[in-house]
Amino acid sequence: MSDFESRGQRFVALCMLGILLFNYPVLALFNVPGSVFGIPVLYAYIFIAWVALIALMAMVAESHGRDRH
Amino acid sequence: MLHGSVIIFTSFAYLGLLFAIAYFADQRADAGRPVIASPYIYSLSLAVYATAWTFYGSVGRAASDGVGFLPIYIGPTLMIALWWVVMRKILRISKQNRITSLADFIASRYGKSALLGGLVTVIAVIGILPYISLQLKAISTSYSILVQYPEIVMPAQLDAEPIRQDTALWVAMILAAFTIAFGTRNLDAAEHHQGMVAAIAFESTVKLLAFLAVGIFVTYGVYDGFGDVFARAAAVPKLHRMMTPLDGVAGGYASWAWLTILSMMAIMFLPRQFQVTVIENLDEKHLNKAIWLFPVYMLAINVFVLPIAFGGLLRFPDGSVDGDTFVLTLPMAEKQELLALLVFIGGLSAATGMVIVETIALSTMVCNDLVMPVLLRLRGLRLNERPDLTRLLLGIRRGAIVLILLLGYLYFKLAGEAYALVSIGLISFAAVAQFAPVVLGGIFWKGGTRAGALCGLLGGFAVWLYTLLLPALARSGWLPIGLLEHGPFGIELLKPLELFGLSGLDQITHAMIWSMLANVGAYVGVSLAVSPSADEHRQASLFVDVFRQTGEAEGARFWRGTASAPDLFNLLARFQGVASADGAFREYAAGKGRRWPDDGLSADAELVHHVEVQLAGAIGSASARVMVASVVKEEALNIDEVREILDEASQVVVYSHRLKQKSHELEAATAELRAANERLKELDRMKDDFVSTVTHELRTPLTSIRAFTQILLEDPEIELEQRKKFLGIITKESERLTRLINQVLDVSKIESGKAEWRAASVDMKEVISDTVTAMSQVFQERHIEVEVRTPDRVSVVSADVDRIIQVMLNLLSNAVKFCEPGKGRIAIVLSEQAGGLRVDVRDNGPGIDPEDQAVIFDKFRQVGDTLTDKPHGSGLGLHISGKIVEHFGGRLWVESSRGRGACFSFTLPTGAGL
Repeated sequence: MSDFESRGQRFVALCMLGILLFNYPVLALFNVPGSVFGIPVLYAYIFIAWVALIALMAMVAESHGRDRH
Repeated sequence: MLHGSVIIFTSFAYLGLLFAIAYFADQRADAGRPVIASPYIYSLSLAVYATAWTFYGSVGRAASDGVGFLPIYIGPTLMIALWWVVMRKILRISKQNRITSLADFIASRYGKSALLGGLVTVIAVIGILPYISLQLKAISTSYSILVQYPEIVMPAQLDAEPIRQDTALWVAMILAAFTIAFGTRNLDAAEHHQGMVAAIAFESTVKLLAFLAVGIFVTYGVYDGFGDVFARAAAVPKLHRMMTPLDGVAGGYASWAWLTILSMMAIMFLPRQFQVTVIENLDEKHLNKAIWLFPVYMLAINVFVLPIAFGGLLRFPDGSVDGDTFVLTLPMAEKQELLALLVFIGGLSAATGMVIVETIALSTMVCNDLVMPVLLRLRGLRLNERPDLTRLLLGIRRGAIVLILLLGYLYFKLAGEAYALVSIGLISFAAVAQFAPVVLGGIFWKGGTRAGALCGLLGGFAVWLYTLLLPALARSGWLPIGLLEHGPFGIELLKPLELFGLSGLDQITHAMIWSMLANVGAYVGVSLAVSPSADEHRQASLFVDVFRQTGEAEGARFWRGTASAPDLFNLLARFQGVASADGAFREYAAGKGRRWPDDGLSADAELVHHVEVQLAGAIGSASARVMVASVVKEEALNIDEVREILDEASQVVVYSHRLKQKSHELEAATAELRAANERLKELDRMKDDFVSTVTHELRTPLTSIRAFTQILLEDPEIELEQRKKFLGIITKESERLTRLINQVLDVSKIESGKAEWRAASVDMKEVISDTVTAMSQVFQERHIEVEVRTPDRVSVVSADVDRIIQVMLNLLSNAVKFCEPGKGRIAIVLSEQAGGLRVDVRDNGPGIDPEDQAVIFDKFRQVGDTLTDKPHGSGLGLHISGKIVEHFGGRLWVESSRGRGACFSFTLPTGAGL
């Protein structure tokens, strides 16, 4: 049960992190002219942050094997 | 040249393929080998979320404001992070209560209220109509554009409006027929449509591939990669502001945030999402993979949205082509006939997937939560007496499917033209978001009541009607536009788009703020004001505490009354068919270790509950309750009794929790005891070993002393020379005996802590030179070279000088023992290091194997094979030395390898006064 609970807490934390990353004011920091590898900063930021968030979710979701013992 | 007939033929071929897949999956499911029992299929089926809105509309939205399409997919990603907490609970509740739809879920939670189920159904159907009309619009628009190939003409510019609307009607009718064939071929007790899920997973693959194909074509075929598209767009002044898109929009961040929240709700409460996520779920564990696979899907389908949008804006700079159609018109403009056709099929799969699942979900709701409760209450119909109702149920569902699609078409005709695709969809999102408070509140808060849920839903829905649906109809000219501009009856405060003077927000944000305020406010307020009935109390506890329950039987605790098993059987058979009911009863009886119908079953609370849950799978929980009540005599429980049962249950939970804790503690204590016992046994064995070794060691010299004294005693004739030799041996052996006894006493004194230690300042240089002098006789005898290296000045250490000399003597005599006479070399090095002195005694003897190094400090350990090698000592010396050094805060260790000599080192701390 404790494994379930700790995973739930990690997911809640990830959701909060996501809300933080994809909202004012963090979003405003990247709403500036310029580009990263030719892609406007804001678009590049959103997609990179999105990929990172999904990767973390995958890690938490698939971590049960390691946590169980 | 793409003739209309080619497009239509391809479309039908595609639909035929879908049907074949569904048929195959159904066959496999019937054979007990389901194809969809995989987390990957499950994740793909969730992607029914991506509809024609995603396929065509995202690009349109991106072309108008840059990033506005993204919250629709980022929101769900955030929500899915919470699925582990929220969705797992909803899944468990739904499985235990055989929930058949979202309406059923809400009705069941609030005391199996038919009224609430009906209200949810009405909201869902009206709320989803714009969304269905969006799909019809997308299919008919894309068809009428594609059929013009190679010309690119917007339908609005054609004089063909009636034709297109006819197309939409045709599309609606074909989809209705198709959905009926898919979803209502037979009545599944668990409301699973495995064939449909397989087809949806296939559709998700098709639309993703089609979209990626266009994206790659535009980005890498027409342009030279992402950087090139963005660079060219940035060079156009009109598009320049879209590089920092959140600047321009008034309240840009607020509307971004609300869109995120809205889509977080949508991913949970759109009827089709609830259908594929909850109702069609075969295994709770599939959620683990879907939690990240589905977001990956959403990410993938969005990667190329911006390049296509900018590509379209660059290709059609005059604005003559609608952004919603770029996905299709770009390949057409580049004369990519086949790609355009693939795009059309992709859009078709996105739209049909949505329509099929949505209408199946809605038709289940309409049938179970709207029509059946009414029909069952109309006593004039005598439904209770009909032997088989399965055909009636299927008929109602089929009718509902046709009706919903026709209503969707009607909405398209009435209001579809005034808005872009995304705006139409958002109206539906806002409608289903109204379910969020009652569902989320319902599974985490026991205090939510039926009255609260009714008021909350009514309030939220009314605001939605007024602020979103009404303006949509007014803009299309079906209501006077003055209503929007001046408010009803000229009351400015009630303007639907600026309610109570709240202005400066976009329409969706405005509507969400007011409707959520009304919804949550009424739900919480009324729930707190009105106390719940017994039924509500029971259901609240069953839902909120679902993880504490053991299974279906939990619900049976709340039932008291009398019933007969054949009555219950007949009831189930009427709704599920005799074969299915027979199966259900056999299974139940087998669980009790009996056989149905030979043994007969006692119609106790558990059986009644079992039948009710089975029935709920066919007709919804509210109707099931009514039906079961019609064949059994139930004693109504009052609220106090329900409370009592619940309290009992929670007491039991508390006790079992404590019991578990106690048993954990016991287990831990047992483990500790076992470890202590092991340790004691080990010590006991060590003591035995010690005693036997000591006696053995003592016996060896004693034996030789006795033997020689006996010889001397018995034979007085022995020569003087011989006699002297024997007496010498006797003396030596006695000395050895004395030494051994002293050492044993030493060990026991040190180990019992009774040894006397005299601490004084010790000069190690002196100790070393003293011991070397004392041993010089031995060194000379065996021709061993000794080298002493000491620094000029060393710090003094605090220790017992006699003991330290004992250690040095032991180390040196060991070194001597192992050195080959004549070739031996011993080096003694004294050095000062951080915090203490270090003494190394190095010899060039045979060395010590690494595996032996750890044990030579143990009592009576002598390295080497004791059978063949002559033992060189008692085996206590190193043990005692180690103990002495440890006593003064230092450490004794050895470094060596076979054939390379050994180096014994010890440290003694300076300054640590003892």
